Amino acid sequence: MQRKVRDNKAWFLVLPVFILVAFSAIVPIMTVVNYSVQDIFDQNTAYFVGAEWYREMLRNPALLDSLGRQFFFSFSVLAIEVPLGIAIALVMPTKGRMAAVSLILVAIPLLIPWNVVGTIWQIFSRADIGLFGYAVNALGIDYNYTSDPTAAWLTVLLMDVWHWTPLIALLCYSGLRAIPEAFYQAARIDRASKWAIFRHIQLPRLKSVLVIGVLLRFMDSFMIYTEPFVLTGGGPGNSTTFLSQALTQMAIGQFDIGPAAAFSLIYYLIVLLVCYAFFTAINQLDKAK
Amino acid sequence: MAEIRLKSLAHSYKSKPTSPDDYAIREMNHVWHQGGAYALLGPSGCGKSTLLNIISGLLAPSNGDVLFDGKKVNDIPPEERNIAQVFQFPVVYDSMTVFDNLAFPLRNMKISEDKVHSRVIEIAAVLELSDLLKNKAKNLTADEKQKVSMGRGLVRSDVSAILFDEPLTVIDPHLKWKLRRKLKQLHEQFNITMVYVTHDQLEASTFADKIAVMYGGQIVQFGTPRELFEKPNHAFVGYFIGSPGMNLIEVKKTKGGLKFNNTLVSLNPEMQAALDQVGTSNIKIGIRPEFVHVWDDKAEGAFECDVLHTEDLGTYKIITMKLDGEVLKVRIHEDRAVPTKKAYISFPEQWLKVYVDEYLVDIEEPEDEEKETV
Repeated sequence: MQRKVRDNKAWFLVLPVFILVAFSAIVPIMTVVNYSVQDIFDQNTAYFVGAEWYREMLRNPALLDSLGRQFFFSFSVLAIEVPLGIAIALVMPTKGRMAAVSLILVAIPLLIPWNVVGTIWQIFSRADIGLFGYAVNALGIDYNYTSDPTAAWLTVLLMDVWHWTPLIALLCYSGLRAIPEAFYQAARIDRASKWAIFRHIQLPRLKSVLVIGVLLRFMDSFMIYTEPFVLTGGGPGNSTTFLSQALTQMAIGQFDIGPAAAFSLIYYLIVLLVCYAFFTAINQLDKAK
Repeated sequence: MAEIRLKSLAHSYKSKPTSPDDYAIREMNHVWHQGGAYALLGPSGCGKSTLLNIISGLLAPSNGDVLFDGKKVNDIPPEERNIAQVFQFPVVYDSMTVFDNLAFPLRNMKISEDKVHSRVIEIAAVLELSDLLKNKAKNLTADEKQKVSMGRGLVRSDVSAILFDEPLTVIDPHLKWKLRRKLKQLHEQFNITMVYVTHDQLEASTFADKIAVMYGGQIVQFGTPRELFEKPNHAFVGYFIGSPGMNLIEVKKTKGGLKFNNTLVSLNPEMQAALDQVGTSNIKIGIRPEFVHVWDDKAEGAFECDVLHTEDLGTYKIITMKLDGEVLKVRIHEDRAVPTKKAYISFPEQWLKVYVDEYLVDIEEPEDEEKETV
């Protein structure tokens, strides 16, 4: 029998990964932490201010407003894109040439660079020259996203739905294809209705791809920047200014490095917390049954 | 109650079949009688699953009719056919409990909840699932899942036939025989026609009263396990059934018998007369390894063979021999001495079968029931 060796040498084996992670994540984050606790005037003049910036940021009405907007936006996006994506995946053809054609058509929005998406919708929705904006106005509905906050909101939402629903649809499509034919055959023999098939076969088997889809869509939409920036520039007023745009304005526009650093750490913690909550909730749901 | 009759049934997956090879099921007539336990045995790709799906209605046949109790059901969808089907991979509704799984078909039929309850309890008891009723179906073992999928067929009082498509494939070996016995028991208890698709002859012969052997889209023999063993109607049945399968040697007609290389196998006059009528050159003789007679020493009329090797399988031995260039397997009892180097064998007349164009030349009795199936 060989005696078991008890020491901590194995740690050396994972050391390279630690070094890599340190440089790619920990060092940059600590830099931000460093900024967030100082008031910096120039390269040589900085004062330690403790949690002052955090306190100030949590009381900053502009930030709180954009945080509220951000949550509203992300949850609206999820509420529309998830059911819509599932519905699209369910009606997409599964066999023959139409399957390939529909896959390509659905995937196209995902392949367009984000700032181009913003530009497309910026022009598309313009009341004077945009096809969509002009058509809506021609129907007698007063629609101008540059002056009306509601219209701006709807346009940003519509753009995101157009851009990202295909992701959910494709994930669900692949999830649906992974269901063996025997399940549908057994369901037919059991006289299951279409709804029962969806409820008891398709939906349970889409759960794992939906977890990925919801998390991805939440994180992405919560950090959205480029598209609304190009489309509305955060306006009219501040009505479509989301968190990352508010942050950028503060950090680069006003050069308030300290408050911006505190802000971005709060932002980071929110994303982390919500994702963790989502993930745990879904896992718990699974175990509870 | 259902008697399932297949009338001039054929199926091709191609829309415009041109040659017989395009058919997954070649034209056949067949009857599964009410209450029988049948196996549909054949190698992969012989069309047995296709046939099963046609019976259940998941697949529409390109030619011919399926009749249940004399009534044509071609246009009736599976959900209205009063059949249940158990698939190779257990199908359970993951998100439901075992109880809800078993209740599912009944609830879909809008049966009142107290009837559902009593029926599910009853069937769960039969399947020994009573303790698991409250569990999630997702967490069951493979054999329990397969019992649940069987149970969904059994709960329905309208089901008169259950079709099994290789149901034990994913079950652990030590549970297979248990589940197989359960099936047999269910069959006796419920008087339901059962058709069991498998490629395993042992599974087929322990489950079924009668086995239909499928080969190349056709049922080549329909008989009891014993009939398949003792009197294979088709060269493929001889080869496929038995372990090892029948020795088959291609032969030529010649004066006084059948010949391969320099060896002459003599025949009785009736057989000789029967073969005189035959035009084709595709003739084979077949003899099962169990029925080859091994002499202790040189004997008159015995063929001399070279012994190649011997496998000792515990209760019996299989000797591989070479007879005039042809390799033969011979099965002898464990206690018998194995001939070394040379062996002397003969083919008892009663066990020596002759196949013309793959089909048995039957001179013993007039063909009776095979007529119906072939």
